[in-house]
Amino acid sequence: MTLDDRTARGPGTLRDLVLVGHGMVGQRFLEAWTEQPAAPGWRVTVLAEETRPAYDRVHLSSLFAGSTPEDLELCPPGFLAEHGIDLRLGDPATAIDRAGRTVTTRSGAEVRYDVLVLATGSVPFVPPVPGTDAPGCHVYRTVEDVDAIRAGAAGTTTGVVVGGGLLGLEAAGALRAGGLATHVVEFAPRLMAVQVDEGGGAALRRRIEELGVTVHTGVGAGGVLTGPDGRVRALALSDGRELAADLVVFSAGVRARDQLARDCGLPVGPRGGVVVDAHCRTEDPAVLAIGECAEAADGRVYGLVAPGYQMAETAARTVAALDGDGTGPAGEGFTGADTSTKLKLLGVDVASFGDPHGSAEGALDVLYSDSRSGVHRKLVIGADGALLGGVLVGDTEGYGALRALAVAGKPLTVAPEQLVLPAGFASAGPLALPDDAVLCSCHNVTQGAVRAAVREQGADSVAAVKKCTRAGTGCGSCLKQLGTVVTEELAAAGVSTGTGLCEHFAHTRAGLYEIVRVTGLTTFSELLARHGSGEGCEICKPTVASILASLGNGHILDGEQAALQDSNDHFLANLQRNGSYSVVPRVPGGEITPDGLIAIGEIARDHGLYTKITGGQRIDLFGATVDQLPVIWRKLVDAGFESGHAYGKSLRTVKSCVGETWCRYGVQDSTALAIELELRYRGLRSPHKLKAAVSGCARECAEARGKDFGVIATSAGWNLYVGGNGGMTPRHADLLAADLDRDTLIRTIDRFLMFYIRTADRLERTSVWLERLDGGLDHLRAVVLDDSLGIAAELDELIARHVAGYRDEWAETLADPERLRRFSSFVNAPGTPDPAVTFVPERGQIRPARPGEAGRPRNAPVLVAGARLEVLTP
Amino acid sequence: MTVQIHDGTRWRTVCSLADLQPGRGVAVLLPDAGQVALFRDRAGELYAVDNLDPFSGAPVLSRGLIGSRGERPTLISPMYKQVYDLTDGRCLDEDTTPDGAPAVLRRWPVRALDGEVAA
Repeated sequence: MTLDDRTARGPGTLRDLVLVGHGMVGQRFLEAWTEQPAAPGWRVTVLAEETRPAYDRVHLSSLFAGSTPEDLELCPPGFLAEHGIDLRLGDPATAIDRAGRTVTTRSGAEVRYDVLVLATGSVPFVPPVPGTDAPGCHVYRTVEDVDAIRAGAAGTTTGVVVGGGLLGLEAAGALRAGGLATHVVEFAPRLMAVQVDEGGGAALRRRIEELGVTVHTGVGAGGVLTGPDGRVRALALSDGRELAADLVVFSAGVRARDQLARDCGLPVGPRGGVVVDAHCRTEDPAVLAIGECAEAADGRVYGLVAPGYQMAETAARTVAALDGDGTGPAGEGFTGADTSTKLKLLGVDVASFGDPHGSAEGALDVLYSDSRSGVHRKLVIGADGALLGGVLVGDTEGYGALRALAVAGKPLTVAPEQLVLPAGFASAGPLALPDDAVLCSCHNVTQGAVRAAVREQGADSVAAVKKCTRAGTGCGSCLKQLGTVVTEELAAAGVSTGTGLCEHFAHTRAGLYEIVRVTGLTTFSELLARHGSGEGCEICKPTVASILASLGNGHILDGEQAALQDSNDHFLANLQRNGSYSVVPRVPGGEITPDGLIAIGEIARDHGLYTKITGGQRIDLFGATVDQLPVIWRKLVDAGFESGHAYGKSLRTVKSCVGETWCRYGVQDSTALAIELELRYRGLRSPHKLKAAVSGCARECAEARGKDFGVIATSAGWNLYVGGNGGMTPRHADLLAADLDRDTLIRTIDRFLMFYIRTADRLERTSVWLERLDGGLDHLRAVVLDDSLGIAAELDELIARHVAGYRDEWAETLADPERLRRFSSFVNAPGTPDPAVTFVPERGQIRPARPGEAGRPRNAPVLVAGARLEVLTP
Repeated sequence: MTVQIHDGTRWRTVCSLADLQPGRGVAVLLPDAGQVALFRDRAGELYAVDNLDPFSGAPVLSRGLIGSRGERPTLISPMYKQVYDLTDGRCLDEDTTPDGAPAVLRRWPVRALDGEVAA
């Protein structure tokens, strides 16, 4: 196909492609265009209204959170120059002469075109009510709009956002973050009416109102009321109420910017948008339109970026085909898009995919809704059992696979009841996706394409697949699913994936543990030389250090081991955000004498340390510099304290209640047992930290079931629970054995710990390890109680060696000048505390100075506690 | 052996080579209160880069682990574990720091000379 003789030129003459608009879709068009083989035969001119090149409008709200406009730039440096693209910023097109094939710009320039691509986007819709042009009224679309809102919000107290859709809620979040009392006014009966159902809207509303945003639904803006100074003073609502406001942001949807097309007689849709066909051509074959300014072949005007990107790629192929053999554009073109969305609005996860409202005939809902936690998950199932769509609010787990299934329209392979449950409740097996399911909707990449990239193009990691297919490089919501598919495909191809610790060791942590245990190697260098490669890294070095320590190889700062220890172990203290350290002496079972408390208090006072009671029943002392650590520890050791190993992947504390000794309800002496256990396992290095507790009765005041191992007294003995966890993924510990006597209890814990240390992955807590363990709790029980693997004697022996070999790391450090030498802030100025580590007073103690705050370094503490500083010379 | 760092004006003796444990770093305080992180790898190579961690704003890089990524010798921040190429100071994990500046550590010329540090 050719356009006509005006386009057909002699060989060697460049043709002119003019793009109107340099937004996200415009930039994507340029990228897609430059990949076309035909591109070198064309000269490209871009006429842009804004004064900055294309930027990521989707993440505009990040500007309120400290991002700069430069962070949002989409046009790679050198891209325009490399492809000879003439980008004219701040000079928008004002008229099109289709007969003469020219575009006139605001500056009066006339630009000739052979093909014209309109990517003019849309404008915010401001309701036609009085007063919307008053000072204090804003829209939310460009970097300049954000600047204006920020400037306008300074010094004011109340803001109203008109529009409770996606952009409106983003704007509300920004106002709220700026400290304004914020209202959202939405005409529809619920928030995000397009994407979510009634229950989802209610869950979203509840979560957002918890953040202090007031929501008004089912009511519109009646007009902006101004004060005597002409500025906004209130927003009148359609129900007659008035909301006092210093600032009003209109974010009630957008309208296609199609005026250029209207003025030159191109057809536009009934609700705006230049009418285009599946190949993004308007009625005039020399003019194309893409993105939000176009009404697509399916009669819809898409306001999302992903469909815009697909149109941009379609249009690039359409223009390229003009140079082809006359068969016209390749591919199906753009006939409609998946409008699934997943986003985080004001910290609330919201996703909507497929047909979220169940509008198809015979569609049924499967619903999980929990008002307490603000979680609402609905799946729409078709009459044939296929997943049609869904709404996820508050918990978007599984979105990637669910969306792909809904788009593919294939029947589900697992029961929908399983899929609708939130993360943690669901026990569904892996979801089998068909290969034509679209994994990445930003770039329209199917699961089949991802598999092919791994199988046929040699992409062997998520990063390689991203480069090869562009999947996952848009909004990123499919990355988790992408990782699963890549791993599956690599495994199917026989490539071992991720079982190796890092690039230096192809072994797992458990494999390395066995190597070290069996070979008796004692240094990282030997292990690396015989079983690894390279120089090591932040993953393998601490892991090997931990294994060597678990198997009893002396002080962790001796010899080569010192070079393996991570941030905290390196100085036997906990690194804090400003480069200072905290110190935690061991307080076994949380039992401490008044003298002990006084000693800690005096040391903290003398050194001006910040003190806080920890969750593990001990006292954390903050704000020490490296050179102060030995001085502080000298005093702690002299007062009878020892290292609490708060810095190590090792036993932290064994928490306890007071037990039967004092408590009216206690049935056993939980404190004595906790102390005994803490002293037994102190210093035991493990794949991750270990926490424990002992409760004196079933009331469980020590919270033992939230620990790696927990003991609860019964009238007949002790119940042992394992694999509990608090923190990010809480898990109640499972009962391993009941009514044990003291000796059996301790032997069982011994074996449990050593079996865990032997087989767990790096940084794998017992909770995750137990979930992963083949055979689960029954297997564990068989190993530690019935010795099903025949290793019990070995495990017992390792623990006995640990208990016999235990030395206090800090006492040993203080006794050795060689070890002490490292506790110096500067190699060329020993004894000088770090002048860059500074503090300010707060609530009667110190805290780290924040950036820009004038704090005082530790050698000049005219602080609350009047510290005396000493330097210990080794 | 004596280790010297060129502070932009002149070579400055900072420590004895024996003060540097292979695989570990130390911090050096410059007269203008600037700080340099100095490392010796297992092969004996010396590296000197800024001590200030641009991601946390804390002067801690001398306390990081060193290692390798592919053929490149690396330094890993002890704070948030960004990895830097010790040969050119470039961060291999992030292009820019939170304040938008390029994530590159200044490299300081460093050498070992015969003779011991004067007390």
